[in-house]
Amino acid sequence: MTATPAAVQATGLVKTFGDFHAVDRIDLHVEQGEIFGVLGPNGAGKTTMLKMLATLLSIDAGKAEIFGVDVHREPHRIRQLLGVTGQYASVDENLTATENLWLFGRLQGLRSADAKATARRLLGQFALEEAADKPISQFSGGMRRRLDLAASLITRPPLIFLDEPTTGLDPRTRGQMWDTIRELVADGCTVLLTTQYLDEADQLADRVAVIDRGRKVAEGTPDELKSSVGDSTLQLQLAAGADQDLARDVVRRVLGEDPVLTPESGRMNVALDIADRAADVLIGLRQAGVGITSVSVAKPTLDEVFLAITGHDTNQDQDPTTSPTDEPALEVAR
Amino acid sequence: MSTILNTLNPPSATPLPAVDPAAAVARARARNSLAETISQTLSMAWRALKKMRRNPEQFFDVTIQPLLFTAMFAYVFGGAISGDVASYLPMMIPGIVAQTVLTTCMATGVQLREDMDKGVFDRFKSLPIARIAPLAGPMVADMVRYLIAASLTFGTGMLMGYSPDGGVLGVLAAILLAIFVGWSMAWIFTFIGTLARSAQSVQGMSMLILFPLTFLSNAFVPVDTLPGWLESFVNVNPVSHLVSATRDLANHATISGEVGWTLLAGLVVIAIFAPLSVRSYKRHL
Repeated sequence: MTATPAAVQATGLVKTFGDFHAVDRIDLHVEQGEIFGVLGPNGAGKTTMLKMLATLLSIDAGKAEIFGVDVHREPHRIRQLLGVTGQYASVDENLTATENLWLFGRLQGLRSADAKATARRLLGQFALEEAADKPISQFSGGMRRRLDLAASLITRPPLIFLDEPTTGLDPRTRGQMWDTIRELVADGCTVLLTTQYLDEADQLADRVAVIDRGRKVAEGTPDELKSSVGDSTLQLQLAAGADQDLARDVVRRVLGEDPVLTPESGRMNVALDIADRAADVLIGLRQAGVGITSVSVAKPTLDEVFLAITGHDTNQDQDPTTSPTDEPALEVAR
Repeated sequence: MSTILNTLNPPSATPLPAVDPAAAVARARARNSLAETISQTLSMAWRALKKMRRNPEQFFDVTIQPLLFTAMFAYVFGGAISGDVASYLPMMIPGIVAQTVLTTCMATGVQLREDMDKGVFDRFKSLPIARIAPLAGPMVADMVRYLIAASLTFGTGMLMGYSPDGGVLGVLAAILLAIFVGWSMAWIFTFIGTLARSAQSVQGMSMLILFPLTFLSNAFVPVDTLPGWLESFVNVNPVSHLVSATRDLANHATISGEVGWTLLAGLVVIAIFAPLSVRSYKRHL
């Protein structure tokens, strides 16, 4: 063990369900004190990987250490170092918010009075005091997420897993969740989060790994990731009958790069380092006589990062049985 | 609820020290102590009791069934087997107690299966708690249900004219024995609960075990009326021992060898099915 071990150090992680490789030789290195984002579409294996690291699924092959502690050999110690919040780890619908936090505190060795005080503190921190004694069924989506997160923080674990923390939240609640995550890190925690949204990774993460079909296909800072598709994207819809090959030649001549053809006919995306270059492309097309019906400049989306990195889009070839909700069913069916 | 900014260190509270990973690693211990395991089990039992109180329909089987079955069996079989209802009661009531407690055990497995499908069970798995606690906790809480089932059965019998010669102590001892057996037998159904794919299949599988066990016993008929091959099964059936022991305690205030056999059978069931259940539960991870 080194002086300051990595928060997560995983090499060659493998998880298979039958013939299906849910996680296929993934390496992961998360430094202490950073927010590390795992980016990928539904069914890419993000949740499976997180569950393996959280001792919720066995590791078929490979090795994982958390703060230098072996995940496979010492699961009980790992569980003391981790807070897990996500699509799966949840709260008890039969109990109130206070009762939930009290129970999780008691289960982790707090005395009754301490568990009560901790519950009150966390409910205050997450602005849930008014809902403290309400049944969970009356909670909004955002309130539930906050309670879920609060329940993971009772023993103040140094590493927190967040599985798609903002999926399904409205923009305002989403921003609040981001603030909360930043505060966790300011407090000394390390955060490993999964997301389907590039902008979430961009806003929060110090570094990002892109996962596709169980494999890690890219890793870097959000800026590095985006620069692979340009800072912004020029989206063009060519007029009916316009010459696509000619349009591509023009783009290549102006920018020195090929545009990306999208599945819809006559549409093309052009990655731009500088948004200003959009004008050059448009002038070039006008001079070449290529008609255009619509033009827009947008931030790159996850789809475009995917297209650029993997050569296929996020929806293509996804095995429907691999969505996170179906994983337990697969497990049971084995 | 306008904002959750500055949530982690609200100005009113004393700021907590920063999270220290090295200290957390040093603090993390390799396993739970026995005292911690017991405390975690009791916390899970508390949860199950809260759940019961908020879902009173969970008490239907332990309230309606003793009332219904006691009356039904007494009036249907009483005349045929013992000549009249009153003389059938001392034989039948201990049988109904055993039957009710076993049916109640089945609900333990079904409810565990339902519970395990909920998201909160994933959190239980992610916590550093003994793997047996989420299984044993609800079973501890279910002792309340066995208590209600056994007491109501005796109560209904007495309303119908049953006067146990074993007296208050004998009946209390019989109820305690029924609770113990219920708790130990529940491990079988808990094991099924961890194996089965759905709550319905737990119910189906449990029925297959439950019906032969209760009806191929001395619970409702004298054993000497049965064909020889069946008699030998009935004599080794643990339910028969439970029924005989309950009769000895409630009707004669005698702690007979049957009580010993019943306790032993309960311990054997726990020794086999508790480890099996924990192993099967872990495999779900």
